[in-house]
Amino acid sequence: MATVTFTDRLRHVAPTRTVAVDAARLLEVIDVIGRDYPNLESYLLDDHRRLRKHVAIFVDGRLVRGQAALDLVLAPGADIYVMQALSGG
Amino acid sequence: MSERLLVATRKGLFELRGAGAALEITGRWFLGEPVTAVLRDPRDGAIYAALDLGHFGAKLHRSDDDGATWREVAVPSFAGVPSPGRDADPPPALSMIWTLEADPAATAGGGLWAGVIPGGLFGSVDKGESWTLNRGLWDQPMRAEWFGGGFDQPGVHSISFDPRDGRKVAVGVSCGGAWLSDDGGETWRVSIAGMWADYLPPQERENPATQDPHRIVRCAAAPDVLWTQHHNGVFRSVDAGLSWREIAIAPSSFGFAVAVHPRDPDTAWFAPATSDQQRYPVDGRFILTRTRDGGASFERLTAGLPDHESYDLVWRHALDVDDTGDRLAVGSTTGSLWVSDDAGDRWTCVNAHLPPIAAVRWI
Repeated sequence: MATVTFTDRLRHVAPTRTVAVDAARLLEVIDVIGRDYPNLESYLLDDHRRLRKHVAIFVDGRLVRGQAALDLVLAPGADIYVMQALSGG
Repeated sequence: MSERLLVATRKGLFELRGAGAALEITGRWFLGEPVTAVLRDPRDGAIYAALDLGHFGAKLHRSDDDGATWREVAVPSFAGVPSPGRDADPPPALSMIWTLEADPAATAGGGLWAGVIPGGLFGSVDKGESWTLNRGLWDQPMRAEWFGGGFDQPGVHSISFDPRDGRKVAVGVSCGGAWLSDDGGETWRVSIAGMWADYLPPQERENPATQDPHRIVRCAAAPDVLWTQHHNGVFRSVDAGLSWREIAIAPSSFGFAVAVHPRDPDTAWFAPATSDQQRYPVDGRFILTRTRDGGASFERLTAGLPDHESYDLVWRHALDVDDTGDRLAVGSTTGSLWVSDDAGDRWTCVNAHLPPIAAVRWI
């Protein structure tokens, strides 16, 4: 199980508390949570399901970037934070 | 005369109500969020607000109760759309909703159109619950030559329906020319005869694919008359956009916004700026200009506007006239908002401390 925490900025489209998700990859995390929060995907991914440029995702304290982030294989008990990058203004 | 104004800004959507100079802010929505376009559909009263969340993409909200509550609806999507002719480019993705318009001839709920960056025109027949890319325009081979104006990618900013026949539509693209359809958007033809661009090499100056009409508006009572504030000057058409005539204006023909009187096709207003690299009011004095004779002459409108040290720039959707032709509103990049009740003879500053203003609309 991975634990996932979203920035308060996404509180209207994502869980407001840290949630545990059974998923092997980051993209799968988004899919699983998206079942209960259908608007979430469009906030994190663009028209072609690419990670938006200014969405910052940290996995076990490390910033992961770009398409590789979505395909990242999660370690057991991975700790995920979904934040907004300061580069987005 | 309209007594209600919507103001889309860098930090939220505002509603102002009141007669004369006594306009007061009565609604504040999406505070902190950039609002890029707003529309109140006159057919059913639905209000649409387009947001650019930056980090999290472009969004669209609709209110069916005049602003009491809002609901997020779908945005135009390029999912599954390749970028023809530019295989090396990544596929297109929605960057920003730049304009929203309702076709007055369509049944309520249908005929909602959105112009977006990167260069797409979309339609909705269910009040924004779903959107369809207009392939007739998107698949134009000429689109491969379009380029960004003010943004990295080209964008559709003007959608003007002919009130006599909603199938006749004019669309403006920065930078991609002026386009006409006679069949509700099934087929399109570029129509820039008379326009030219001094920002292009000499042999390219009349290239229709790279003209930059900043804003195209149509006279409601004389729909064959259209006015365009182009990057390169002001152009007017009296044949529904088939041909254009250049008109020079003092102190500058450069600007972004234009409004045309709803009943008098010879009366139009402009917000001039120094051309074109600087983009601030000529001599640091913010004025508007008005013609009442189809562009033969222009007046400088200054009463009630700052007489010095004003660096307000007016973006393309931030100048509007109401249905009477008497009440005007203009908003600036520095968050100043002025109104006039006498067709621009005198202006009143309603607020000088708003966020940068993208669009104003009398409703």
